[in-house]
Amino acid sequence: MQRIGVFVCWCGSNIAATVDVQQVSDALAKEPGVVYSTNYQYMCSQSGQQMIQDAIKEHHLTGIVICSCSPRMHETTFRKTAAAAGINSYMVEIANIREQCSWIHKNKEEATEKAIILGRAAIAKVHLNAPLTAGESPVVKRALVIGGGIAGIQTALDIADAGFEVDIVEKKPTIGGKMAQIDKTFPTLDCAACILTPKMVDVAQNEKIHIYSYSEVESVKGFVGNFTATIKKKARYVKEDICTGCGLCTEKCPMKKVPNEFNQMLDNRTAIYIPFAQAVPKVATIDPNACMMLKNGKCGVCSKVCTAGAIDYTQKDEFIEQQYGAIVVATGFNTIKLDNFDEFAYSQSPDVVTSLEFERLMNAAGPTGGTLLRPSDHTHPHTLVFVQCVGSRDVSGCGKPYCSKICCMYTAKHAMLCREKYPDTEVYVFYIDVRTPGKNFDEFYRRAVEEYGVHYIKGMVGKVAPKNGKLMVQASDLLANDQLMIEADMVVLATAIEPDESARSIATMLTASMDTNDFFTEAHPKLRPVESPTAGIFLSGVCQGPKDIPETVSQASAAASKVIGLLVKDKLTCNPCVAESNEMMCNGCSACEKVCPYGAITYSDKEFRTPYRTTIMRRVASVNPAVCQGCGACTVACPSGAMDLKGFSTRQIMAEVDAICK
Amino acid sequence: MVYSYFPGCTLKNKASDLDMYARKSAEVLGITMEEIEEWQCCGGVYPLGANETAPKLASVRALVAAREKGQDLLTLCSACHHVLKRVNNDMAENENIRTKANNYMQLETPYSGETKVVHYLEMLRDVVGFDQLKAKVVNPLKGKKIGAYYGCLLLRPSKVLGMDNPENPTIIEDFIKAIGAVPVIYPYRNECCGGYMTMENKELAKKKSNTVLESAKENGAECVITACPLCMYNLKVNGGVDDLPVYYFTELLAEALGVK
Amino acid sequence: MENNEKELAQLIQEISGLNPKKCMKCGKCSGACPAFHEMEYHPHQFVDMVDRGDVNKLLASKSIWMCLSCFACVERCPRDVKPANFIEAARLALIRQQGCNHLKDEAVPALLDDELPQQAIVSAYRKYKK
Repeated sequence: MQRIGVFVCWCGSNIAATVDVQQVSDALAKEPGVVYSTNYQYMCSQSGQQMIQDAIKEHHLTGIVICSCSPRMHETTFRKTAAAAGINSYMVEIANIREQCSWIHKNKEEATEKAIILGRAAIAKVHLNAPLTAGESPVVKRALVIGGGIAGIQTALDIADAGFEVDIVEKKPTIGGKMAQIDKTFPTLDCAACILTPKMVDVAQNEKIHIYSYSEVESVKGFVGNFTATIKKKARYVKEDICTGCGLCTEKCPMKKVPNEFNQMLDNRTAIYIPFAQAVPKVATIDPNACMMLKNGKCGVCSKVCTAGAIDYTQKDEFIEQQYGAIVVATGFNTIKLDNFDEFAYSQSPDVVTSLEFERLMNAAGPTGGTLLRPSDHTHPHTLVFVQCVGSRDVSGCGKPYCSKICCMYTAKHAMLCREKYPDTEVYVFYIDVRTPGKNFDEFYRRAVEEYGVHYIKGMVGKVAPKNGKLMVQASDLLANDQLMIEADMVVLATAIEPDESARSIATMLTASMDTNDFFTEAHPKLRPVESPTAGIFLSGVCQGPKDIPETVSQASAAASKVIGLLVKDKLTCNPCVAESNEMMCNGCSACEKVCPYGAITYSDKEFRTPYRTTIMRRVASVNPAVCQGCGACTVACPSGAMDLKGFSTRQIMAEVDAICK
Repeated sequence: MVYSYFPGCTLKNKASDLDMYARKSAEVLGITMEEIEEWQCCGGVYPLGANETAPKLASVRALVAAREKGQDLLTLCSACHHVLKRVNNDMAENENIRTKANNYMQLETPYSGETKVVHYLEMLRDVVGFDQLKAKVVNPLKGKKIGAYYGCLLLRPSKVLGMDNPENPTIIEDFIKAIGAVPVIYPYRNECCGGYMTMENKELAKKKSNTVLESAKENGAECVITACPLCMYNLKVNGGVDDLPVYYFTELLAEALGVK
Repeated sequence: MENNEKELAQLIQEISGLNPKKCMKCGKCSGACPAFHEMEYHPHQFVDMVDRGDVNKLLASKSIWMCLSCFACVERCPRDVKPANFIEAARLALIRQQGCNHLKDEAVPALLDDELPQQAIVSAYRKYKK
């Protein structure tokens, strides 16, 4: 018989206001096996923990029940407390009387009754608990970063700086991401390329970092400390190690009308291309959908002009398998498609552009060489209208329900740069709210208004109608209570951002959770913001939620520090609550093997004695405890009841159910 | 293909052309339009109040009649289409209205939006197919520059009407191409003509209609086509831009098919 | 009087069957409205006035009769508020009262002409009177 101690926490008023904690500890004191029961204001505090340790010693307790908050919050805390007082960590059970009781009920009498029942169930379970010992698994000292934008770059640099190997997998031919496309950065207006490209070079020159560009993660197996990833290096038809990046092939390629992604399709590139001058790696790539040689075998110009002999039309996709201890997701974002927003005439007029297109139109390396010209007729625009919140804060189903967060600031930047470079322009910004919570952000926005004379108008644009080469912008001015008609030369839409389209498949591959908008979910929204709930998976940049460059870089470094904290360990303590197969009951059906998401179950033929002094061979399941994550899927799939989960055995669960139903 | 057909009151009177040309063309296209018996006026406007059930009953009767024959319900007038489609949506999705309407009507089998409401243009696109239509054209309107005027009622609210992209529709433009002519895209093709406001504010109706017509003309249209008798009235009578006639789309369809 | 106004606003909200609090006051409805300049109060204000219970002014204004029911505001609203339905609800709250029809039968003959479609007359009856 166990000697059980019950500790009921008030959690300040979080529990005590709705649950009569004294009544709970009194009622639970009468349960069989309970030799000590008490309640206290904050069990998790130092004095609360001391109270538990004293009781363990004084009453020779063998099992502990804590009635408190969710085990997600403090199970580890109380397990450590118990271990310090000399009893096995896994002899501790938590009854969640906060999230599952006090927070969701109003009636004190009912809540108290429920808290007692939850406590009783935990006591019933502890009676059947057995000490468990955690095993250990080794840590592979190498990290994988998925995505080579500023988030991935910063994370990789920081991890490498701590002395660990890092691989960046980037699906585009170069790292750099969205920041490479941006002209100036707020709120200091330094040029994005000037601060980004040195970092890109650092990555390229760092011995600890390997870049897999034009590559994608194909599959990931394993678990924290011991992942195995397969990386697909897409055929770029250019030998990466031989190409010098001289660019002669791109000059000579006759296929010159391929829409240029880097310039947001505002101009064309060749079929063999280097995305931009500072690309890393500075290596050419052949676009197989545009190259005539690859499509019908007629051309071969690039191969002829390449003095290095780097062109290889027969190159195939290559698959590389690599072990990692930690994986960082840095998959970034895209602007949404504007198909649902044709009231702004985006598909009807080339002079209606997204903000990212506008970045390219202002960029010295962009399609216009940095001179702002209308895409339609290459004339200088005099009146520009910026529309904020296009597709953001939209619950109609056309856009995204969230605030894209970066638009207020970059719109202020665009408006300011316009006025600075071209004082002859009139610039209007239509806004719903101007949101500038960041260091020097509001000052920046105010400068746009006060010093640069940008016309900020509270209201939204209702329709943009192209007319005789102009754009008739019909909009409301809410403060003047008027409807305006502005004859504009260009309209710039602050288009909502969304997670990259690869995010969902990567999340599935990593069994990392996402929210309804396909942003990765963090382990805790405040206290663990750069970790995924899946152990060993970390989050960096916009894949976790909209954020600007300063915030992305902070988060990227935070993710790196978490990775470093993991990689410095030689071994990780495993979860001892793993599945276990009773070979005598196993009928070899493979049901468990099929449902196991971690590949932890294997089958083998084993010799068994029969009662007749003969032996037979039977096929039985066995679990690799280092791989098993204790999800329990196998235990419910097993038709013969041979699979059981340590710490959550069928007997324990049934005892809890019985206690609840008593 | 056989359809139950709801002509609506205006098509029996001022807009009889819209109806006549549609019927003639349907014959050529192998579409049978069976006018439902004893149909009642849809009311012209969809009742927007949450507790308005009675004004929706006439539409429900038409929808039920089509269901009894096991046919889709074909519409032609934009206003009738708008009302029937939205009432049908209410019967399918709004429990309050469905219950009240069914309680009132005491049908053998309660109605819950089973009938599919199809506009003539949707029939041309989705059943006949614009390619097939093109093949049947004997008198292509070669080079004629036509501005499609959608107005409001065919497109909005798009979640219920579901005909096309409400801000950048293509169905009438594709129709124009099918009859051999050239569509002219202009920004005011989905803006209001003034609608029923002509009853009390002729000036506003005039302003709105002319905005539409001028926009079509500026973009090179030689004529404008519509599916709505009230739009036709506003554009022709209240508005009016020189050398820019307005036709029902069915008239040009009949012309192209050689049955005008 | 003040209580009456609150009740009336409540009634309008009930007739609309919608929640004016969904509005984030972006003004896109009023930016889209083709009858904006005919109105003293505008689509976003209709929603706001019903929400605040400030409806006497609204019902007394000719603005509520200027809505063309073109549904541009409904289509383009990012918050699915449906301003047109609030305008209609305000009209209904008014014309359902005795003697408050906006259109009198005897006024109709003068409004007719040879080409006016039946659709216009039926619609006007539905929109302006009970």
